[in-house]
Amino acid sequence: MARITKEKRKTTIISAALKLFSQKGFYITTIPDIAEKVGMSVGNFYNYFSSKDVLAKELVIFISEYLGKNIRKINESDLSTEEKISEIVSMYFDIAKNKPEMIEYFLRVYLSNREVFRDGCEGMICVFPFVTEMMMFFNDGVECGDLQDQDFFSAFGLFMGYLGGMVFLFGEKILPQPLQEYEESISLNIYNALKSR
Amino acid sequence: MHLNQDKKPTLIWFQGLTCNGNTHSFLNLSNLEQLLNKFEILLHPSLTSTQSFHAITKCKISCDIFIFEGTYDPLMKRNGILVSKIIEYYALCAKHILAVGSCASFGGMFKASAPQRNSGLIFNENEKKGPLLKHQHKLINLSGCPVHPEWLEYILNMIAIKKEIKLDELHRPIELYSNLAHHGCIRNEYFEWKIDANNFGEKEGCLYYKQGCRAPMTHSSCNKILWNEVSSKTRVGTPCFGCTEPDFPRQNLFSTKTNMSIPEDVPLGIPKRSYLTITGIVKTFHIKRLEGKLIDYKTTD
Repeated sequence: MARITKEKRKTTIISAALKLFSQKGFYITTIPDIAEKVGMSVGNFYNYFSSKDVLAKELVIFISEYLGKNIRKINESDLSTEEKISEIVSMYFDIAKNKPEMIEYFLRVYLSNREVFRDGCEGMICVFPFVTEMMMFFNDGVECGDLQDQDFFSAFGLFMGYLGGMVFLFGEKILPQPLQEYEESISLNIYNALKSR
Repeated sequence: MHLNQDKKPTLIWFQGLTCNGNTHSFLNLSNLEQLLNKFEILLHPSLTSTQSFHAITKCKISCDIFIFEGTYDPLMKRNGILVSKIIEYYALCAKHILAVGSCASFGGMFKASAPQRNSGLIFNENEKKGPLLKHQHKLINLSGCPVHPEWLEYILNMIAIKKEIKLDELHRPIELYSNLAHHGCIRNEYFEWKIDANNFGEKEGCLYYKQGCRAPMTHSSCNKILWNEVSSKTRVGTPCFGCTEPDFPRQNLFSTKTNMSIPEDVPLGIPKRSYLTITGIVKTFHIKRLEGKLIDYKTTD
């Protein structure tokens, strides 16, 4: 029987931990819970992550790299800025639907338990792969004349705050329509808000 | 190509469309006298010369080194003779041609008066175009607004001792222009930690983020070979204007062009994505010592 590599094992832990943290919450979830979910001993778990806090930070980096990789593909495509906005919205909602634990973790654990991430994960340290790609998106949009030049955080907050809010409403089952139904109108709203005048 | 062994090399300094900035810069060279002793000055706008301006424009004598200052304007006449005719004559007979300053090198400031017509001697900005293209093998560009007197001194000394001068693709001596103005800047710690200078003239802070500093993408040794042996633009709190590059003068020299707070141009050779990553992480940290006036910082309470 082929041995499971350490890296694959690590990914399994990350996947299980994401689900548990986003469903039960960060403090309620214990390391024995995670170990049990992946079928390993608690002692063996510590061969992969030295503490729950370290795992929590690794999860943020994992999500950030996942989002960053997807946005980079869009950034490097030949699409217009308006089309890129649609692609980013679509990609984000797709993750919210098919891998909800990723966005849930980001919104409910990372943004809500800042004390866990204060040391070694502050500012952009753990989220730079994602934020860098959003910077590239805005930079390219202004450079080609499609987007209005403004403060980065004003634009970033409008874009990601909007998406985060919609996913939150979706998670709370408040939205009357499936999330994907809103893609077109939300993309258009974002484009209209950011486009050059 | 060898200079005459028995006598000093002869030198002509001729001007096109110019503000005389390079002439004045050269006069500030601390050991000008020693340098001049190595040459016979046939013509210089401000120094004692062995020939008259009238005689030089008649194009009857030859020289070893032909220095041209200023933008080339094909319609310009001096002493009633087209400058194009004069420079063609001396370019043919000289062993070395030096284009001093950014105007002579790339068109520079005085190209703006007739951008379609005026140019440098072999470059129009970074496009190979100019009246002395066929003599480009012996032409050296010493860009800068003005040229640093020690750069010109270095090249003249190299010529005097018959040393080979290696050039970059813009015909600038590699020895002088492979550095960036950023190298040796005393504000580098502020650049590393991404701390801005909020006003020009401040002692603290990096001038790249808001004040328009072009040092991280400008080929020049201004912070290595100091001006008047003591200073540089960035040392006194003025941004580098990128005056040694073909696109000088740019507009809005005192402000950094940004796209959604992101610098349009990032340090030379650094991919923008990599630069933004580093910047984002570094800006997370706050270094108290670098955030205020250095003289106010106390190491103990």
